[in-house]
Amino acid sequence: MAHGFDAWILTLTTFTPIVGLALVLLIPKVEEELIKLVTLLTTLVTLGFSLYVLKNFDFDHTAKLQFEVKKTWIEVINSNYHIGVDGISLPMLVLSAFITVLCVIYSWNHFPEPHNVKAFLALILLLEVGMNGTFIAQDLILFFIFFEIVLLPMYFMIGVWGGPNREYASIKFFLFTLFGSALMLLSFLAIFFKVKNGQGLHTFDIPELIAAGKGGITHGVQLIIFGGMFIGFAIKVPMFPFHTWLPDAHTEAPTVGSVLLAAILLKLGTYGFIRIALPILPEAAKSWAPWIGLLAVIGIIYGALGCLAQTDMKRLIAFSSVSHMGYVMLGIASLTSFGINAAVFGMVAHGLITGMLFFIAGSVQHTFHTREMSRLGGLLTQAPKMGWILGFCAMASLGLPGLAGFWGEFPAILSVFKPADGLSLPVFRTYMVIAAIGTVLAAGYLLWMLQKVAFGTPKDEWKDTHVHDVGPQEWMAWLPLLLLIVVLGVVPGLMFKTTDGAVKQMVDKAFPTKVEKGVAEKQPEAKSPAIYVKHLGR
Amino acid sequence: MIAALANPHVDFLALSPEIALTATIVLVLVADLILPERSTWQTSRIASLGTLVSLAFVAVLENHSAIHGLFGGAYAVDRYALALKGFFLVATYVTILISVDYIGEGDYYEGEFYFLLLCSVLGMTVMASARDLISLFVALETISIPTYVLAGFRKHDRRSNEAAIKYYLIGAISSAVMLYGMSMIFGLTGETKLSAIALKVSALPDSKVLAVAIFLSLLGFAFKVSAVPFHWWAPDTYEGAPTPVTAFLSVASKAGGFVAMLNIIFFGFGGKAGMWWLVIWVLAGLSMTLGNLTALKQTNIVRMLAYSSVAQGGFMLVPFAAYGIAQSHHQTDVARSAFQSVIVYLLVYGAMNLGAFACIIAVARRTKSGEITSFSGLFQHSPVITVLMSIFLASLAGIPPFAGWFAKFTMFRAAINAGGWAGVTIAIVAGVNSVIAAFYYLNVVRNMWFRPAADDAQPVQIPGALRAALVVCTGLVVAVGVYPSIFGDIADVATKTFG
Repeated sequence: MAHGFDAWILTLTTFTPIVGLALVLLIPKVEEELIKLVTLLTTLVTLGFSLYVLKNFDFDHTAKLQFEVKKTWIEVINSNYHIGVDGISLPMLVLSAFITVLCVIYSWNHFPEPHNVKAFLALILLLEVGMNGTFIAQDLILFFIFFEIVLLPMYFMIGVWGGPNREYASIKFFLFTLFGSALMLLSFLAIFFKVKNGQGLHTFDIPELIAAGKGGITHGVQLIIFGGMFIGFAIKVPMFPFHTWLPDAHTEAPTVGSVLLAAILLKLGTYGFIRIALPILPEAAKSWAPWIGLLAVIGIIYGALGCLAQTDMKRLIAFSSVSHMGYVMLGIASLTSFGINAAVFGMVAHGLITGMLFFIAGSVQHTFHTREMSRLGGLLTQAPKMGWILGFCAMASLGLPGLAGFWGEFPAILSVFKPADGLSLPVFRTYMVIAAIGTVLAAGYLLWMLQKVAFGTPKDEWKDTHVHDVGPQEWMAWLPLLLLIVVLGVVPGLMFKTTDGAVKQMVDKAFPTKVEKGVAEKQPEAKSPAIYVKHLGR
Repeated sequence: MIAALANPHVDFLALSPEIALTATIVLVLVADLILPERSTWQTSRIASLGTLVSLAFVAVLENHSAIHGLFGGAYAVDRYALALKGFFLVATYVTILISVDYIGEGDYYEGEFYFLLLCSVLGMTVMASARDLISLFVALETISIPTYVLAGFRKHDRRSNEAAIKYYLIGAISSAVMLYGMSMIFGLTGETKLSAIALKVSALPDSKVLAVAIFLSLLGFAFKVSAVPFHWWAPDTYEGAPTPVTAFLSVASKAGGFVAMLNIIFFGFGGKAGMWWLVIWVLAGLSMTLGNLTALKQTNIVRMLAYSSVAQGGFMLVPFAAYGIAQSHHQTDVARSAFQSVIVYLLVYGAMNLGAFACIIAVARRTKSGEITSFSGLFQHSPVITVLMSIFLASLAGIPPFAGWFAKFTMFRAAINAGGWAGVTIAIVAGVNSVIAAFYYLNVVRNMWFRPAADDAQPVQIPGALRAALVVCTGLVVAVGVYPSIFGDIADVATKTFG
């Protein structure tokens, strides 16, 4: 347990936005500049707290929960306010605090109709509470609460500030997620009643549940419980065939909403798999893994084909999310520390890259009032900076080595070459081949989009329009993202070093194998492609 | 025996909340008589003060002693009874707050309104303590009869008359059916006290007569709590009655029915759970599903909330079914979680539903309409009431961090704890239903936030009393949602009751 200021730091990181929210609500609606300033300061302070966590995190013991606090919360059901971060949650927490700041900066003078700065920023702050909280929760009920808190703000964000079809998109998003979380909650309750902790009590405590093992749950019941959680998390990811809410939500959401959705909200699902479903029910995970893998590769191909059929730039990026999250899920389905490390990396990389792509789509829309690719073209001549950034992000997204996208995608594909013991090799190797084909398709649709939007000459209707290129506000919001994409691409060890210890411990406990350990020991040095190739050869 | 009946020992302190209420009822009636016409609004003050005094006595008793059994155990003043009395009185206080302006501004008899309201509340406080078929029945009738009149309080409105007559006829029939069932129970066991019935019933062999007796008693309650298929009176009555009365009916009076059920099932029929759990299980499933599906199609907000309250009633029946399932397998630890769940659900449901009605009354004062479309664009000119209404609706839908999630959670918990195919199935049905419910609750939210306002729309003004009611309800909904341990006491109550 943490002491002194360290015991408060995670609580501060999560709940500072609530303080900002209260302040924003007290300021009269007309004082827009003041509201923006208060929001920005709040998110900056929150980011500062998260950076304090990053700085004081003990990177030699990433598997250990740090800054841990455990206080009684709901005694009746033995649920506690148990929070802490390890190597898996730390990058997500920092990412969440970081992206929120950029979103506030970008919003500064990009408020979508019907404007209402106060309500918009208040919702972003509320959203941040839910996002940060989910990544620090170490209790199933606490996790559930934070997981649900993000629902309403995003619903309003899409519904009030969204595009023409916003009413449909917002309710679809809401109901899909709510359905999943209802089943998820039932699964949590089933685990609660089936498993006892060290003191012989029923518990919702995640580390205690992991330590207790599967208890006396029969395999059949485990499969069902895992199924409930699977649906809850898979809808959020979203995996095929639960993905249909995503293109609608993304297309209709305001730019900042899309960015937050892609960068953080989708990760709540994959994070749930890694933090909860896999370690608590490892046997069921093993039985489910081939099916998860199957849905993941279907998602990869389906998402890619979906992209090729789009005419709307933003919708294309949305479908590319389905495809990319497929790689993340494929890495998770391998049930190896190799694959799960890649998955966490993929989560962060996708957050940065796709977040960035949505920012650009937003600016294109802002400038041309359309996202129809057939009407766009010649961005490189009219707004060269934005055009180059788009090209850069497309490269990152298709997994060009040296940029962040590569380290999520490539190892995830490799990991299924040798999945955890007991999983069928032929099946997973087939998945590997299919996933590899997906990368070709990814290159196809991304370059196609780039060609449509950025290359060529401007269409007649825009010929005489003065196009506003990337301005200071955009640079401030985008530059940090672009830099991180490069940095993580060149020095992926920064991330792998953080996640590996925690991932390895989880996998060793849940899916112990001799071979696996051998690979795992060499993991920390996994920084260059050469290492991966070496592993492949084993 | 006769001497004891003629001159029983009465613990007046234990009865103090009821005595305070009775005194207030008399005061209201007298005040209405002597006050000049233009000052009859003063009766609302007397009524609310009396409610608070009664509440204070409940608080005193709470700290005073553990368990009083009065009248040979037919009337219990234990922690459980006190908790419910407290709930009923707070709900009444809020109802009075939301009624003041509505009744004052309309063409109503004010003194009579509060008189009838308090009479019904007296029945509720007695119900919380009733541990005997007779006191149970008397309490139930005391709750119901004044509400028949209240439902018809808009005398010159045909809908209100329809509401009253429907409600009255259904009430009378259900009482008759229930009484018939109870008489058979008495015939089989020779007892009216629930604890004695519990012992005798367990010893009886399963017989058709017993099955009919239990079935008929439960049927009566099914009418009272408007469980599908005995719910069809509710929407008409709710729509026709004055809105504050609807709020009262859907919360306090429904809770009265549930408490009666709680008493008779947990203290009387537990031993024969195998004979009745399936009935409740089916009622719960039907109420949730049909209530929600019908609510989807409503365009009038009060009708929508009427069907929603049918569905919420279904959710509240789930723990009863869970208790029955567990009892029939001799799995005793579920009793506690099921009991707790019903109480928690009642309290939370009361706070959020009253809050929603308070918002509706506030908005309808300006729009003079009950259509859901009349909420369009509310956010643009009255953001505060919009946010509050959204909170209550989100809570009704069970979305954290508002209290509704904890109520639903305890309900799921009881069902999963009971286990077996029956427990898991009803839990899944409830889960799917909470998604359906979210759709129509959010439909109102959508109108308020996403739709444009009418051009001539004016901001909604909230009078002081309504404002106070909203503060109480919002406070409860948020506080319980974020820190449910406020209900720690309730868990304690359940533990004390079931060891």
